[in-house]
Amino acid sequence: MDQLLQFVFSGLTVGAVYALVALGFTLIYNASDVINFAQGEFVMLGGMVTVFAVAAGMPLPLAALVAIAVAVATGLALHRLAIEPARGASAVTLIIVTIGASILIRGLAQMVFDRQFHALPAFTGEEPIRVLGASILPQSLWVLGGAAAIVLALWLFMERTLLGKAVRATAANRLAARLVGIDTTLVLALAFGISGAIGAIAGILITPITLTSFAVGTLLALKGFAAAMLGGMGNPVGAVVGGLALGLLESLAAGFISSTYKDAVAFLVILGVLFVLPQGLFGRRAVERV
Amino acid sequence: MAPAWLTPRRATVAGLALLLAALWLVFPSGFYFRIATLVWISALAAVGLNLLMGLAGQVSLGHAGFVGIGAYAVALGPRHLGLDLLPSLGLGLVLAGLLALLVGRPILRLRGHYLAVATLGLGILVWLVLNSEVAITGGPDGIQVQRLVLVGWRVAGAETWYWITGLALVLGVLVALNLEESPTGRALRALHDSEVAAAVAGIDVARAKLAVFVIAAVYAALAGGLLALFNRFVTPQAADFLHSIELVTMVVIGGMGSSLGAVVGAAVLTILPQALTVFHDYEHAVLGLTIILFMIFLRQGIVPSLAALLARRAP
Repeated sequence: MDQLLQFVFSGLTVGAVYALVALGFTLIYNASDVINFAQGEFVMLGGMVTVFAVAAGMPLPLAALVAIAVAVATGLALHRLAIEPARGASAVTLIIVTIGASILIRGLAQMVFDRQFHALPAFTGEEPIRVLGASILPQSLWVLGGAAAIVLALWLFMERTLLGKAVRATAANRLAARLVGIDTTLVLALAFGISGAIGAIAGILITPITLTSFAVGTLLALKGFAAAMLGGMGNPVGAVVGGLALGLLESLAAGFISSTYKDAVAFLVILGVLFVLPQGLFGRRAVERV
Repeated sequence: MAPAWLTPRRATVAGLALLLAALWLVFPSGFYFRIATLVWISALAAVGLNLLMGLAGQVSLGHAGFVGIGAYAVALGPRHLGLDLLPSLGLGLVLAGLLALLVGRPILRLRGHYLAVATLGLGILVWLVLNSEVAITGGPDGIQVQRLVLVGWRVAGAETWYWITGLALVLGVLVALNLEESPTGRALRALHDSEVAAAVAGIDVARAKLAVFVIAAVYAALAGGLLALFNRFVTPQAADFLHSIELVTMVVIGGMGSSLGAVVGAAVLTILPQALTVFHDYEHAVLGLTIILFMIFLRQGIVPSLAALLARRAP
C-alpha cells in the first residue's frame, strides 16, 4: 500500500509535466492544426536557461522569468519564421517543419550551453514529507501546484477574456472567426507564445527532480504527443487527463513490472487505446464528407 | 521526340542504371563509393516509404523500426539461430512483413495524426526492444555482423557494395514503378484522394492499404539488412525516431509520389551531413535549418518542383 502510494506520487509528478506538454500541443493544434514537435524543446529551454542564468549569478525567480521569456520568444520566432511562411502546406510538411525546428533548437542549445546534465536546487528544501507511509518531495508539490495553477489560469483566460474567446473561436472555425473580425494570425502567434511559456514553466519545475540537458526535449515531446492523443487531440481537458494517466501508468509499470520498459508504456497504451477507441478517450468522432 | 518504347517508367530505370555506371567511372576513391552506397541503401527504404506516403497517402513516423528489424536479423540470425547470412536476411524481410501484416489492419484504420502517432509508437517500441535486450542484441553499443561470403567469394570493398546496393535500388525502383501502374497502384491512388469514394467504386480499401504497408515494410527491412551487411555493424540507432524522421524527410524533400524524388531526397539527406562535418558543432543546427528551408521554399519537393520548372520553360 505504501509502495503503491509512492508510485502514485511519482507518477502524478511526471504526469503533470506530460500534461503541460500535452496542453501546449493542444493549444497550438486547436489554433492552427499544426502538430508542434518542437514542444519538448520549450521544456528543455525552460530548464537549461534557468540553470545557466542561476550559474551566472541571477536569483532563481529572475532566472526563471528569463527562461520563460526565452521560450516565449522561441515560440513566437517558430511561428513567424517557420510556420507562417509554410502556411497552406500539407500536414506532413508542417510536421517536418516543426521537427526541423526542434533539431535546430537542440543544435543551438548544444552550442550555446553544453552537452552536460544539469540540476537546479529544489525551490523549498530537499526534506521529504511523510504522507500515509509514503514520502513526497516538496518539489513534487511545486510541480503539481504549478501545473494546477497553469491549467486554472489558462481556463480563466479562455473563458473570461475577450482574447481567450478569440482563441476558442479560431479553434472552432478559422474562417468564421476571421469574418467576425478576429485577427487569426495574432491568435496563432499567441498560441505559440503561450505554449512556449507553459513548456518552459514545466521545464523549470521538473529540473530539480529529473535534471536537464540539451537533449531532453525529444522524448518529452513524443510522450506529450501520446498524452494529447490519449485524451483525444484538441481537447484541453483530455490533454491534462491523458498526461496524468500516462505518468501514473508509467510509474506503476516501472514499479511493478519492469523499469527497463518504462518508456514503452506510453506507446503501448497509446496503441491499445487507438486500436479500441480510434478517436482517443475524449475525442469526437470525425465523419468524412465526400 | 522520345521513341515510343521509352516510357517514363523505363526512362527512370534506365537513367538510374546509367547514373550507376557513370558514377562508377568518375569516382576517384573508396570514400565516394562508400557515400554512394549509403545513398542507395537509404534510397531503397525511401522508395518503399514513398509507396505508402506518396501513392497511398498514409504517413508512417515509425518506419525505421522495420529498418531495424532487417538490420538486426542479419546480426542475430547467425549468432543465435545458426543461420547463414542470406537466410537471415530473408528471415528479416519475412518478420518485418509479418509485423506489418499483424499491426497493419488496426493501425491503418486510423487517419491523419492518429495514424502518425500509432506508427510512431510502433517504431519506438521496436527501438526500445533492440536497445534494452542487451543479452540478445548487445544493447545501445550495437553488435557486429559477419562478413558476407557468397559461394566462396568474400564480399568486400566499397566498390562491390556500391554495385550490390545500386542494383538492388534499380530493382526496387522498377518494382515500385510497376506497382504504381498495377491495379493495386490505381486502387491506392484512388483511396489517396478519398477513401469513401474508393470504397464506393468497389475497392477493398483496408486490403489495399495493408498490402502497401507490408510492401513498404519489406523495402525498409531489405535496406536495413544491406546496411548491416555493408557496415558489418549495427546499433539501435538504425531503428530510432530520428531515423524514421529522416526517411520521411527524404520522401518529402525529394517530392511525395515520385520514386525518383525518393532517391534524390535520400541523396540530399545522406550527403548533407557528410558535407556538414566541416561545421562540427553547428552540424545539427544547420541540418534543422536546411530541413525547414526546403519545406518552406520547395514545398512540392525537389523533383516535382524541377519538373514544373522545366515544363514552364518548354514551349
